[in-house]
Amino acid sequence: MSQAETEFAAPAGQGSGLAALLRKPWLFWATLFLSTALISHYAFDLYKALDARWIIRFPSAWQPDFEGRISAFMTWLLEDARILGLQFREITRGLAAMIEAPYDLVLDLFVRGLVFGQGQQAVQILPPLSWVAVVYAVVALGHYTKSWALAALMGGCFGYLAVFGQWESAMVTLSSVLIAVPLAAGGGLLLGILAYRLRWVDLMLRPVLDLMQTVPVFAYLVPILFMFGFGPVSALVATIIYATPPMIRVTIVALRGVPEELAELGRMVGCTPRQQMWKVMVPSAKPTIMVGVNQVIMLTLNMVIIASMIGAGGLGYDVLTALRRLDIGGGIEAGIAIVVLAIALDRLSQEYATRTVEQTARQAQGGWLRRHRWALSAAAVALATFLAGMVLPWIQNYPAAAEISTGAFWTRAMEYINVTYFDTLDAIKTVILQWFMLPVRAFFTGIPWVWGLFAATLIGLRAGGWRLAALVFCLVGLIVLAGLWTPAMMTVYLCGVSVVIASVIGIPLGIWAAGSAGSNRVIGAFVDTLQTLPSFVYLIPVVMLFRVGDFSAMIAIVAYALAPAVRYAAHGIRSIDPQVIEAGIVSGCTPAQLMRRIKLPMIVPELLLGLNQTIMLALSMLVITALVGTRDLGQDVYIALTKADTGQGIVVGLAVAFIAITADRILAASARQMRRKLGIEQ
Amino acid sequence: MTHSSILLECIDLWKIYGHAPEDFLKAHGGAPTTADFQAQHMVGAVRNANVRIARGEIFVIMGLSGSGKSTLVRCLSRLIQPTGGQLIFDGEEILGKSDRQLIEIRRKRMGMVFQHFALLPHLTVLQNAAFPLEVQGVDRQTRERRALEVIELVGLKGRENRYPGQLSGGQQQRVGIARSLAVEPDLWFLDEPFSALDPLIRREMQDEFMRLQAMLKKTIVFITHDFDEAIRLADRIAVMHDGEIVQIATPEELVQNPANDYVAEFTRYVPRAKVLTLGSVMRPGAAESGVVGELPANARIETVADQIERSDGVFNLRDADGATVGHIGRREVIDVLVGRRGGA
Ligand SMILES: Nc1ncnc2c1ncn2[C@@H]1O[C@H](COP(=O)(O)OP(=O)(O)OP(=O)(O)O)[C@@H](O)[C@H]1O
Ligand SMILES: [Mg+2]
Repeated sequence: MSQAETEFAAPAGQGSGLAALLRKPWLFWATLFLSTALISHYAFDLYKALDARWIIRFPSAWQPDFEGRISAFMTWLLEDARILGLQFREITRGLAAMIEAPYDLVLDLFVRGLVFGQGQQAVQILPPLSWVAVVYAVVALGHYTKSWALAALMGGCFGYLAVFGQWESAMVTLSSVLIAVPLAAGGGLLLGILAYRLRWVDLMLRPVLDLMQTVPVFAYLVPILFMFGFGPVSALVATIIYATPPMIRVTIVALRGVPEELAELGRMVGCTPRQQMWKVMVPSAKPTIMVGVNQVIMLTLNMVIIASMIGAGGLGYDVLTALRRLDIGGGIEAGIAIVVLAIALDRLSQEYATRTVEQTARQAQGGWLRRHRWALSAAAVALATFLAGMVLPWIQNYPAAAEISTGAFWTRAMEYINVTYFDTLDAIKTVILQWFMLPVRAFFTGIPWVWGLFAATLIGLRAGGWRLAALVFCLVGLIVLAGLWTPAMMTVYLCGVSVVIASVIGIPLGIWAAGSAGSNRVIGAFVDTLQTLPSFVYLIPVVMLFRVGDFSAMIAIVAYALAPAVRYAAHGIRSIDPQVIEAGIVSGCTPAQLMRRIKLPMIVPELLLGLNQTIMLALSMLVITALVGTRDLGQDVYIALTKADTGQGIVVGLAVAFIAITADRILAASARQMRRKLGIEQ
Repeated sequence: MTHSSILLECIDLWKIYGHAPEDFLKAHGGAPTTADFQAQHMVGAVRNANVRIARGEIFVIMGLSGSGKSTLVRCLSRLIQPTGGQLIFDGEEILGKSDRQLIEIRRKRMGMVFQHFALLPHLTVLQNAAFPLEVQGVDRQTRERRALEVIELVGLKGRENRYPGQLSGGQQQRVGIARSLAVEPDLWFLDEPFSALDPLIRREMQDEFMRLQAMLKKTIVFITHDFDEAIRLADRIAVMHDGEIVQIATPEELVQNPANDYVAEFTRYVPRAKVLTLGSVMRPGAAESGVVGELPANARIETVADQIERSDGVFNLRDADGATVGHIGRREVIDVLVGRRGGA
């Protein structure tokens, strides 16, 4: 068709030609890619030739001073603003006190003991819970929740923390978990209930939740730091903000999932609205709600190191300082301790979530003493070890002499690998950098902002029509206006490269996992473990092996973002209508044809959603990888954080959020379009 | 105290789904036609229903899936608000009642059994059965005593500390029945209570239900899409089609005088002997000779067919007052059994 050919020559054409171009996928993408590649490659020469610097740099004269204005606003907010007659600062102080008081209490219990006086003159009146008492308590909890096996796991994990010298840091981390989880889970539950009951709350919360899902954590780190100051309270606030939205979502989904009949039963027997909620709806939704609580716990642990950037102590802080000092052994040691803690809490909360009514029934039998034997004995052990600890100090504190430090071992192991396999590792790194990462980087960072804005809008138009195009134009336009085009492209490059590699590894794994029950178990366990590990843990060994730089960052991001690619691919394959596959077999497809002609095309929408999740996870890794010297938006946030520069922090954080939202909306719209085409969704 | 014999009555009841249903109803003078519904993309889940349910009667609502049975029953129990019409419970208009008043009525006077049992998974059998009383604030001892009574009534004694997940489907529905009886309701709604059960269990539960009703004599609104079940249990049957009640009649009348083709289609394959009474096929007057016995005229043919077929003589038929109204022999019974008579 001649029309299509003219379009090829003039991609910026309009009218029916543009419509035709938008409709043909291959033509569209090929045109866009080739023209972008050309423009990206020659942009610099063009600028030299025309002496028009604005081509590659957005002129700073055109930039509104977003950062300065936001900083000024935040200062005003903190110093002069009044809400309902209360000074804003008083409100934040009040909030801080509400969080700090219970936190101090828990910290006293687990770490500090009861202390009288301040600073140098402080006298410890009562010691904290002894390590023996804590280990006994978690073992009891394990047995109460499920079985002796779980009790052994709990004992093993906490015993590890004591024996390997991580006790005190671990207890600090545990204390913040013990405060953040109830607040996030309880608050999320209440907000979820409100949203379920009141339409206007739901309407108000929904866009906020959508935004929170795409905004990476560090977008709000700096404002929190600004409002609450450097310290554990800021860390807790950030953690709670991070972990609450999923809980709200899960609660709403759980309540909506309660069978209509049960709701009717409640009304039929004459429940008041309150009885209806607390006697019928919440108990019926409890299994799903508990899944949300488990998520909150895992998210809280995930935040441990990020939180330590704004003042949390404990294991996260140990990892952070080790990373900064490039202390291999110390980093791995503390990192493993976090993993151990995460495994223990994850198993415990998961088993609790899946407790059957029979278990509950069995425990409800017997007299008062028998029913409370675990709680009573734990209290008794606490008391006994406290008394015994006065005479035998090793009962109170695990003796330092018996601690085993693995730090030196890890340092030596890493050194050995580095020395022995240096050439191999270096070769791998060089090849991937030279032939893949650097060209992609050149491609993205070369794109002049005008063309980038235009191309992004065009993609939006193709995926979701004019409204999406307008949204994309605004979001990308704001990034340009803020003067962040180049670091934003660095971000896109680093994320893009990692996401491609994660998909290349993850999708085949997912397809393989869907193939048989055996492979599913193995890969499922692998992916579960990946997800349990807090994100930054990946960073430590990678940095040790490949040193700082984009390559290390990429590997860490890939490891962290792999899980959704595997999951969605497996889920996509499993949810293909078996009749379609049978039809393929009957028509004589070979297994390879079956995969290429039937299965792969059918799972594309699912893969797009997986890709979406992968991108979100990758973006959320950015500030962590900033520690290994990347030069993208994550690094800018990190710098803003260290300088406590609110304006910069917010602007850069929002820029990352805008990238996330753009990617999210475009991919979601494409997935919808494809499903409609495949007839899966109307 | 003079009670009217009608416990629940609805007059010109409408339930319409779609955009601004009240306005839609008003705009069409309170009686939109099928064409109106289609033109405006509205769903008339219940259209102009008029029902009077007498005390102590088993009133069965039946119809195909989507015909509006559940919606009608939920209007009758005020679980959903009807779009228009009147609803009179025990002589009182209840559409205008406040939520508070409705809660009171439901707590004390209505019970409901659900298709999928609607048992609370976290409560034991005993606690489930006591739940309606718990909600009312009855103290624990009293409510558990009462719950034990109803559990025994439905034959689940000894299982009161099990959880719903540990029971079979039939047992779960027994718990559902026990729970709905715990408050001694005047009006008992059952929405397809046996549809989720296997055929054998279903039959057993129907027998159980008849046994209970013989003892309790409740006023019952029973939904089913199974015509066999309807004729086994019903005093009267309302047949629904596309939200409208096409006919309200006794099972026998439905078979003999279906109001339209839809009802006729429903009843076509029903064995006549299950529905017709001896009186409907008898020859009038007492027999002159060969009388071998007497039978009640309102007995269903199925129940006595074997007896009549095996004997060579004729049976005289008595009505409820004991007067002889007609007689019947092997010939009439065989006619019905092979489908030569009885409206087929
Ligand atoms: N909340 C609702 N919104 C819109 N339409 C509804 C709603 N509830 C019911 N309907 C419609 O009303 C009609 C009657 O539904 P209803 O559930 O009363 O049928 P039913 O006879 O009980 O069917 P079944 O045997 O499947 O239970 C159906 O067409 C249904 O789609
Ligand atoms: Mg129904």
